Amino acid sequence: MIAAILQVVLVVAGAPLLIGLMRQVRARLEGRAGAGVLQPWRDLRKLLRKEPIAPRGTGWAFRLAPLLLAASALVVTAVVPLVTTASPLDGVADLFAVTALLALGSVALALGALDTGTAFGGMGASREVTVLALVEPTILLAVFALSVRVGSTNLGAIVNSTLDDPLAVISPASVLAAVALAVVIIAETGRIPVDNPSTHLELTMIHEAMVLEYSGPDLALIEWASAIRLSVLLGLLGSLFAPWGIAGAEAGPVALLVAVVALAVKVGVLGVLLAAGEVFMAKLRLFRIPELLAGSFLMALLAVGASFFLA
Amino acid sequence: MTDQTYVQLLDLACGAFLLTGVLVLWRRDLAAIVRLFAAQGAALAAIVIVLGVRQASTELVVAGLALGGLRAGLLPYLIRRALPERGGPDAEGRETRPVVNVASSLVAAAVLALVAYAVAQPLIRIAPSPAAHALPVALTVLLVGFFVLVTRRRALSQVVGFLLIDNAITATAFLTTNGVPLVVELGVSLDVLLAVLVLSVLTNRMRAAFGGTDLDELRELRD
Repeated sequence: MIAAILQVVLVVAGAPLLIGLMRQVRARLEGRAGAGVLQPWRDLRKLLRKEPIAPRGTGWAFRLAPLLLAASALVVTAVVPLVTTASPLDGVADLFAVTALLALGSVALALGALDTGTAFGGMGASREVTVLALVEPTILLAVFALSVRVGSTNLGAIVNSTLDDPLAVISPASVLAAVALAVVIIAETGRIPVDNPSTHLELTMIHEAMVLEYSGPDLALIEWASAIRLSVLLGLLGSLFAPWGIAGAEAGPVALLVAVVALAVKVGVLGVLLAAGEVFMAKLRLFRIPELLAGSFLMALLAVGASFFLA
Repeated sequence: MTDQTYVQLLDLACGAFLLTGVLVLWRRDLAAIVRLFAAQGAALAAIVIVLGVRQASTELVVAGLALGGLRAGLLPYLIRRALPERGGPDAEGRETRPVVNVASSLVAAAVLALVAYAVAQPLIRIAPSPAAHALPVALTVLLVGFFVLVTRRRALSQVVGFLLIDNAITATAFLTTNGVPLVVELGVSLDVLLAVLVLSVLTNRMRAAFGGTDLDELRELRD
């Protein structure tokens, strides 16, 4: 229980820091000084103090979307095995539940964007749903490939079995699944080469087009939820393929501390790698994105295939 | 070599073999396709060498090394020589508009993998061993090779498709039997080498005569 609360607090507080770290790495690699790791927190504070404004003609979908996005992100944080494999919500710590929760947040945001009735909102929502339609099955398949070995789709059980038998990670199924999962995580969180989080160019933006009409606390909630989703997904990638340091069910304070440090290091390293990769990469043309995602879907399918063929 | 490391190494080599075969569908750049083909040759050699070490058969290991030299070294080198130079006419070095677009061909490859898995089941049941279990991988690459051969327009990507089929046939032979006689393997390899030599000469001739290797344009008669 304590471990689960610790996990949620850590992710909630650390997610904006991860974004700050990634921006800082990008800035340094591009020869800029950067705004510092704490800047996203300062932005959030500034936004939270502003007055909430809703555009004229918007309804409940617009107002509910940030809340649903943030709530689903929080539940996912509590469920996914990051610091501990023994979540109090173990019954729902299921691959399908997690994917559904992530999809719920995305769909809520897309509906909110449609509710504004602006051209950009509709465009962003349509693009987001296109990407989502390819991303969700890939996440399901990639994790499913790992669950074949374990015989359970419970994420905690998968991580535990990898802890027991670390060499099982070096199999074609899990290598393919890792690549597929990495690609869809990049797509799902709207990073380069699928989407560019730092641009508002109407021809290319996906995520940013959906949140254009939001301001003040609503925008803060969305930014913060997006940061949480990114950290949780990176943490999940780390937990599934490098589960060292995760605390088990009966972990003492020291084991928990180790688990917290391990999670921070894993997510930090993945974030720095992602940011450094982004510096050297251009955004893909919008019409090439389905190709990339179809490729990762294929890899996930082959991963499932391989875990049956070669077992 | 213990049982577990044997199975793991074999599976890894088969995984690399499959992955490189499928990625050929994804890339448009002919130079990258040739690099992938070379990597697949190396994976094939690794499969044969792992099998050879497992059976303590020097003949198999030698065959594996020779295969590696031919398919990861010589054949890619020959194909690369037939590639148009960089900075030539832009569309020539790329598969610009395949008959089936890239996203659909990736999905088609997924379907082909499932077909291969279904088809291989009776064969695996005859003699269940770790090597036979990897048979669907070889059959998938075989089908993907066919697919490349049918849907790509450039002469060189069709050559690579043909070579994928050949790689897959070799892999199937080694995975299902306890090693092919060296003479047979040598004969097949020389055959392939000759075919690639002829095709690369043909490609260069085509480019000299027509200025391109888009095979679709060769359907019409001209005076």
